[in-house]
Amino acid sequence: MTLLGQKRLSSFEDLQRMQEELLSLRVASAKSIHVCTGPGCAAKGSEKLYELFYEAVKETDANVEVHAKAVGCHGLCECGPVVIIQPGDIFYQRVEEPDVAEIFRETILGGRLVERLLYENPTTGQKADTVDKIPFYKVQQRIALAYNGLIDPTKITEYIAHGGYSALSKVLSSMTSEEVISEVEIAGLRGRGGGGFPTARKWRSCRNTEGSPKYVICNGDEGDPGAFMDRAIMEGNPHSVIEGMLIGAYAIGSEQGYIYVRNEYPLSVERLREAIEQAKELGLLGENILGSSFSFNIRINRGGGAFVCGESTALMASLEGRPGEPRAKYVHTVESGLWEKPTNLNNVETWANVPHIINRGGKWFAGIGTEKSKGTKVFSLVGKVRNTGLVEVPMGITLRRIVDEIGGGIPGGKHFKAVQTGGPSGGCIPAEHLDARVDFDELTKLGSMMGSGGMIVMDEDTCMVNVAKYFTDFLQKESCGKCTTCREGLAQMMYILSRITKGQGEVGDVEELGSLAELLEGTALCALGKTAANPVMSTIRYFRDEYDAHILDRRCPAKECRGLFRYEIDPEACKACGICLKNCPADAITGEKKVPHVINQEKCTLCGACWEKCPFTAVLKV
Amino acid sequence: MADKENLIEQIASRYDGDAGMLIPMMQDLQAECGYLPAEHLRCLARQLELPLSRLYAVATFYASFRHAPKGAHDVTLCMGTVCYLKGSAAISEAICKEFRVEPGGTTRDRLFTFQAVNCMGACAVAPVMVVDGKYYNGVTPAKALEILYGLTKDKANAEKENEA
Repeated sequence: MTLLGQKRLSSFEDLQRMQEELLSLRVASAKSIHVCTGPGCAAKGSEKLYELFYEAVKETDANVEVHAKAVGCHGLCECGPVVIIQPGDIFYQRVEEPDVAEIFRETILGGRLVERLLYENPTTGQKADTVDKIPFYKVQQRIALAYNGLIDPTKITEYIAHGGYSALSKVLSSMTSEEVISEVEIAGLRGRGGGGFPTARKWRSCRNTEGSPKYVICNGDEGDPGAFMDRAIMEGNPHSVIEGMLIGAYAIGSEQGYIYVRNEYPLSVERLREAIEQAKELGLLGENILGSSFSFNIRINRGGGAFVCGESTALMASLEGRPGEPRAKYVHTVESGLWEKPTNLNNVETWANVPHIINRGGKWFAGIGTEKSKGTKVFSLVGKVRNTGLVEVPMGITLRRIVDEIGGGIPGGKHFKAVQTGGPSGGCIPAEHLDARVDFDELTKLGSMMGSGGMIVMDEDTCMVNVAKYFTDFLQKESCGKCTTCREGLAQMMYILSRITKGQGEVGDVEELGSLAELLEGTALCALGKTAANPVMSTIRYFRDEYDAHILDRRCPAKECRGLFRYEIDPEACKACGICLKNCPADAITGEKKVPHVINQEKCTLCGACWEKCPFTAVLKV
Repeated sequence: MADKENLIEQIASRYDGDAGMLIPMMQDLQAECGYLPAEHLRCLARQLELPLSRLYAVATFYASFRHAPKGAHDVTLCMGTVCYLKGSAAISEAICKEFRVEPGGTTRDRLFTFQAVNCMGACAVAPVMVVDGKYYNGVTPAKALEILYGLTKDKANAEKENEA
């Protein structure tokens, strides 16, 4: 009897048999072409590549078993579009449409490598023919992202063939809810959304609270700018989130779950919706799952485009159809959350870790990471770094290894200045703390935080006052306006920072910012307000000299704040081409043929047109 | 008139008239109309037996709800941290100046609606601009204007075709 055509799996054995059947259907000699269609690669046209490979597979009359599949984010977005050929783990980077035919002819049919599309190590010049030889991947350890780039996220059979839903089956067939919670407790799993609260403790409180129904929520409102790991998980392996939620719901005693997804992620919604439909058809969601007495359903809600809804109580207000304003948490949401019922909320990445913990045991998970922060964490490594992308590393790795070994250092011969973690609630960590170990507590000690995992690298051209202003502006716009200190305090901080970046700073401004920060921390209701001053305070803590340069010397050391630096023409580099002269709107540039041009500083309006247009980079910021 | 009421009834019934599903209902309404017309909101409030102020509280709180018709094209510029560090402020400035539009606004000829959003989750290829769902990576002010002038050209061509 085959189960593949069957609609519903009605026992644990059914699931296992289906998995075995899926595996037996695999042809050992089969080749597969994995085209990354994550956000980075898709922006570079990888969907078209997938179509071309798909056509090539369909049309070939060669005697080979080959499949093309569109997979989720593989991580190394910088080198996208990424195409991986299995077996062999062959990694092709920056693939373009004309390369498709060559890859198909050479690698798929001929078994040869296409040298020029391989990754080249910039320091050694060596070509890496497999994924694990690329330094970017070498240091990583993938749990939450384990199947990203490996499976087709639109097919539940792919997830099941890789052992998907076996953790659910194990839990339903042989574990009590207390045993599930204990396993997660042994693992030491802490919330990946930013707070780092012990997951097992949350589950237990929710389970022990009287009242029904109970709800579980997946927070997919990934609002931190610069963070996209939850997006990659929802789009690259949506079933891992669903399976995690099923296990959590079983442990807590809930029958209804919600996934709250950001409005800006339409593809995540689509992938999750498909995944839920497929799980329902197979009886992995709905009534009497796998023939057990456990029933669970999931509904997806799209956010309305409000950053504050990433906060748990605001998110619940939004789910109830109200404006997303947070409430005070004298009573925890595990006791009174959505519709005033016991509610357990975890982040996407937290849920995605759960099936692995059940399958491989809490002890295995606890063996990774530091004393108080267990397991791995996914970071989106972006900004002024060579290898931008998604990385998953064991907790406790140093920032330096992430930036230098995985990130490949700073491009363009520039110097590292700071790395910003924790989104708008986090802070900037300077070069002298690059050897700090990345875990929940260490980053907090440095005045930043883990947050959801954005890691933005900044180089010498980044003005730290401007960075602080950017985040303050962001938070001021996203403040829901409920608490006066957040609504008015941030506006005041923004006013002061704007003055400083315009060269109108006054002595005492920094102290004023400090006292506003203290006020915010002490009086705002939610995490958005309480931590809103972190970007300002951490930049003051580590880059006070930049603030002083703006205020006392009216000078921007990074030469980013308009008006706080001058443009000059380097007479050595100037070829007297006349382009700057023609483009200057203020007629401030003089010069003749073969004579280096000069900027008249009195006429110059500092618009920067000459700097942008000069083909010889002879216009300098001084 | 009947169309409007039918539409609202249809949307409300998708969610069993559950007032807790107000946000998805309004999202559906916006997907149908392109924005939230005042008349439709009034009708929805009646349908759900909610005060109109409740609907407006929600409609004005969330950034994704529009209160005026949008342009023919959707242009979204990412102003997330990475895009900002890599120059998206200058791109926004260039677009606003060239097309006389404000972030969140629509050009006078209704060619496009320009949105500046916080983060689109494509930070690795920043700065990012999305036009009608198509992602453009590594955008510069000049490249952005070129893409948007492409829309003008498409429009002119379409008009020519219509005339012919």
